[in-house]
Amino acid sequence: MLHIVNKSPLDRNALDTCLATAQPGGALLLIEDGVYAATNGNAAAGKLKQAMGQMKVYALKPDLEARGMADRALEGVTLVDYGGFVDLVTEHATCQSWL
Amino acid sequence: MSEGQIKKFMYVNRKAPHGTIYALESLEVVLIAAAFDQDVSLAFMDDGVYQLKKGFNTKGIEVKNFQPTYRALDDYDINKLYVEKEALEARGLTQEDMCVPVEVLSRAEIGKLMETQDVVLSF
Amino acid sequence: MAIELNGKSYDTDEEGYLTDINEWNEDVAKVLAQNENIDMTEQHWEVINFLREYYNEFQIAPAVRVLTKAIGKKLGPEKGNSQYLYELFPYGPGKQACKIAGLPKPTGCI
Repeated sequence: MLHIVNKSPLDRNALDTCLATAQPGGALLLIEDGVYAATNGNAAAGKLKQAMGQMKVYALKPDLEARGMADRALEGVTLVDYGGFVDLVTEHATCQSWL
Repeated sequence: MSEGQIKKFMYVNRKAPHGTIYALESLEVVLIAAAFDQDVSLAFMDDGVYQLKKGFNTKGIEVKNFQPTYRALDDYDINKLYVEKEALEARGLTQEDMCVPVEVLSRAEIGKLMETQDVVLSF
Repeated sequence: MAIELNGKSYDTDEEGYLTDINEWNEDVAKVLAQNENIDMTEQHWEVINFLREYYNEFQIAPAVRVLTKAIGKKLGPEKGNSQYLYELFPYGPGKQACKIAGLPKPTGCI
C-alpha cells in the first residue's frame, strides 16, 4: 500500500508512526512539509534511509522546489511531479494519509 | 448490497478528541457508512487513543460530549476497535482506561491489518 | 421557524426539528406530532420515550436499522420490526419519531 506523509518530521510524529506501521514492500510518498524528511542533513534522514531498505520512498518535487530544498534531496528518494503523485495513488490498491 | 460486494474498511484515527474536529467527523462518517453493511474496523493510533479515554466531561468547554456514542457502535455492528499499544504506553494509559472494549495491538500488527483492507480512511 | 405554545416559543430548524433538545416536553411533542399528521397513542409514546432514552445514553439518534433492532430487544419482536414502526410513523420512524421526540435528525438519515 501507499503511505503519504505531509508533516515535517521535526514538528510532528506522522513520519515516525508511519515508518513503524508500514509493512515491507509498501511505498512512502512525502508531500508538503513532509518533504523535509527527504533532505540531506535533516535529523530524520537517517531513519528514512533505513526505511528505504524496506520500501520505496518518493517525494513530491514541486514541494521540495517550493521550499528551496530540491538540490538537497536525499539520494535514493525518487522525485515525482503531480502526475507521478496520481500514478502512485492509482498503482496502489489502498492509501493511508498520516495526517 | 450483495454479499459479494462487502469490502473491508478501516478508519484510522490519530487526533486527540477536542482540539480538532477530526474525531467527531470520523465518528459521524463511521455511523453514516454503517448503513452500507461493510466490514468495518477502527484503528486508534498516536493521540487518537485519547478519543477513547473514558470519563469525558465537556460541560466546561461547552461542546457536545460524543464519547457515549462510541458505546453505540456495537448496535451498528461495529465491534473491531484496535488501539495502538505504543501510543497507550507513551501516554500513561492502559486498556482499562478505554471507554469501550478494544483490542490492543502493536503498530506493526495494525500495519499488517491495514494491508488487508480494501479501503483505508484517514482522520 | 418556531412553535408558539402556552406563551413560550420553541425554535425549530427549516425541517421542523427542535433546535434545542432540552426545550422538549410532551406538550410540544404533541404539536410536533400534529404537524406530521400523527395522532399520538400509547404505542407512539413508547417509541418516543425509547428514542429519548437512547439519545440520553448514546448522544445520537439511532439509524432506523439500529432503532428497529434495539426496540426489538427492549419491547419484543412484535414491535422490533419496520412494519410496526412504519405503521406508527408512515414517513419513517427515524425521521418522524425523532422529530417528535425533539432529537436531531438521525445521523445517516438522508
